[in-house]
Amino acid sequence: MTIKLQAVKEMLNADVLCGDNLLDTEVTCGFGCDLISDSLCFARPGCLLLTGLTNVQIIRLAEMVEARAIVFVRGKRPGEDVIGLAREKNLPLLATDMFLFESCGILYQAGLRSF
Amino acid sequence: MQLKFQVQGMDFSRAGQAATKIKKALQLAGMDPATTRKAIIIAYEAEMNIVIHACHGSLTANITPRKVEIIADDEGPGIPDISLAMQEGYSTAPPHIREMGFGAGMGLPNIKKSADELDIRSEVNKGTRLWAVVFNN
Repeated sequence: MTIKLQAVKEMLNADVLCGDNLLDTEVTCGFGCDLISDSLCFARPGCLLLTGLTNVQIIRLAEMVEARAIVFVRGKRPGEDVIGLAREKNLPLLATDMFLFESCGILYQAGLRSF
Repeated sequence: MQLKFQVQGMDFSRAGQAATKIKKALQLAGMDPATTRKAIIIAYEAEMNIVIHACHGSLTANITPRKVEIIADDEGPGIPDISLAMQEGYSTAPPHIREMGFGAGMGLPNIKKSADELDIRSEVNKGTRLWAVVFNN
């Protein structure tokens, strides 16, 4: 089951921080985590990465694991430097006030899985 | 093919760049995706270890059709007890590093899981040399 970012945006009531023109992108799976090492080992290519980490490393990590987009949870917002790097890499960034658990639950109910 | 990158301690703005370039080279070289994935886990964790713990160092990848060799060499505090550092959950990273999502004590254990061959040598107050190999299937 794949989900378009536009649908993710609506379900999580998320703001789009960058990549407005990429909301047709489809994610094939989801991964929620606040640890860099675990994200590196377990996130799959094509995934939607949900996290509370907002430093520049999360963008590098997303590039490394070939995540299609990131959703920042718990109302966290990255700085302009982070958004700028994501824009450079054509990586859409969304932000929601929902918790990680709640966000993952909604997407799981919509059919998104870990693999 | 050999790729070598200098890595600066505490430079979080550039951290991860070397591993990203190694990944692109592995993909261009047509390595098996599973080989690339394992090599990248090693390269990224080793690069971050230099950034978090050492003064400076280098990250090298030797790529052949048969295998990927990753070497991380640093000058820094060294590892007093390597077997302790290999334990999952053991970390000496300070709180501000943990807040960035690092320091869960999974770096070296993840490297160990991903490597087909691994050798770590360290001298306290001098530095650490990590050598790992992933065979290409």
